[in-house]
Amino acid sequence: MTFDKDVKYLESHEWARKDGDVVVCGISDYAQDSLGDVVFVELPEVGQTLKKGDAFGVVESVKAASDVYMPVSGEIVETNGVLEETPETINEDPFGDGWLIKIQPSDVSEYEGLMSAEDYKAYTEGLED
Amino acid sequence: METHLKHTPLREWHVRHGARMVPFAGWEMPVHYASGALQEHRLVRTSAGIFDISHMGQLEVRGTDTVAYLEQIISSTMETLGVGNSRYGLICDTSGAVLDDLFVYRLPDKWWIVVNAANTDSDYAWFTQHLNSYMVEVSNVSDQTAMLAVQGPAAIEIMDEVSGGAVSPIARFAAAECSIAGVVCLVGRTGYTGEDGVELFLDAGDAQTVWDAILTSEVGRRADLAPIGLAARDSLRFEPGFALYGHEISREVTPVEARLTWACDLQRDFIGRDAIAARKEAGPQRKLCTFTLTDRGVPREGCEIYAAGAKIGSVVTGMFAPTVEAYAGNAFVDSAYAKVGTEFEVDIRGKRKAAVVVKRPLYKPAYK
Repeated sequence: MTFDKDVKYLESHEWARKDGDVVVCGISDYAQDSLGDVVFVELPEVGQTLKKGDAFGVVESVKAASDVYMPVSGEIVETNGVLEETPETINEDPFGDGWLIKIQPSDVSEYEGLMSAEDYKAYTEGLED
Repeated sequence: METHLKHTPLREWHVRHGARMVPFAGWEMPVHYASGALQEHRLVRTSAGIFDISHMGQLEVRGTDTVAYLEQIISSTMETLGVGNSRYGLICDTSGAVLDDLFVYRLPDKWWIVVNAANTDSDYAWFTQHLNSYMVEVSNVSDQTAMLAVQGPAAIEIMDEVSGGAVSPIARFAAAECSIAGVVCLVGRTGYTGEDGVELFLDAGDAQTVWDAILTSEVGRRADLAPIGLAARDSLRFEPGFALYGHEISREVTPVEARLTWACDLQRDFIGRDAIAARKEAGPQRKLCTFTLTDRGVPREGCEIYAAGAKIGSVVTGMFAPTVEAYAGNAFVDSAYAKVGTEFEVDIRGKRKAAVVVKRPLYKPAYK
């Protein structure tokens, strides 16, 4: 299990990474492992503005559909088109090519409030049975 | 709750080998292993996989009146079933509602019936309720029986290696006793995947020995033989159009809606026969159909189906079908919408996705 130290995490298992002005968001290695093979991803329209904690899309695995939530408030500036044809990229490279959306944040302090890799790892360990 | 789940004799093996375990029909079962359900599915289509399906139930019937007794309960013909052969059938109540589907093997000394895990107890009760004055004995041997399956194009060669060549002479749907790693197994050339292969029945205490012998076989290693979980078992049975109890068949439908009248011998009496014949004659209001989405999305069980603004049915199985690479499903719809080529919409979380009825099955079984 990988807990990428360069990103911050949500309790709902998304990760967020500051990349210049924008925040990139995906789902954690823990999340993709729990979900199993991803077969479909539904992402928002570019230009949409959503609040931190809003569901912005759905990641569907063989057995279940899971909502994914905004790590910070802001405008969706890009979505990962690769996932339409190859949703399994999320399983293969959750912190890299399997990213979901890029957000132009309206309040950068929201990013600073997210969990560190260390805290998230401890949090997931608490979730095991 | 989970403390009441039953375990197969291979449960510890599954956990040690990276299985994700889930509750299913009262059992704790592997849903997939580390490689994931899609890869497991493709492995069975292209090479071979091994399944622990010991949750399935088995009933044994013996006695001089067995044919008449079983023909009272089971929809398909038992009289013409040859010794050493097997046949699919249904059990229905007097209203024609489907109580279960099953596989019957006629063996030299007994009849061996395989039923669904969730229905084993109620099926056994149904069988004992209908003993009447027939000279038969019925026993539920599920707890002491392990059931394994080896399926895929390489399955027979693997089984030949571990049985000393005893499996390839068994014809499709036939069954015979074979010795595998010193264990006597009943081997049926049957399965639930659309691929050639076998299902094995053996004493639960011998399950690990036989499982290990098959997995470590020379041909098995060469074929990358690996264990397959319930998720791939579901997608493998869906593509060739096999029914799963609780989905395509249930107490909510008769064999007519489920397109299973081919498994009903309406020329003779059995419980539910009159209701089924009447339903067939009148024409069913709704019918099972297979569809693929033309929009993108994953249809799921329970999604409602709409056409011309009205609800016309609902999805009973839905998934990404790995071999045909389509988002697809089975649904019961008003009969007028069940024809191949009919377009309708599937409501997936409030969004209407376009779909079209396609020819069944999505995947033609490899042994046909």
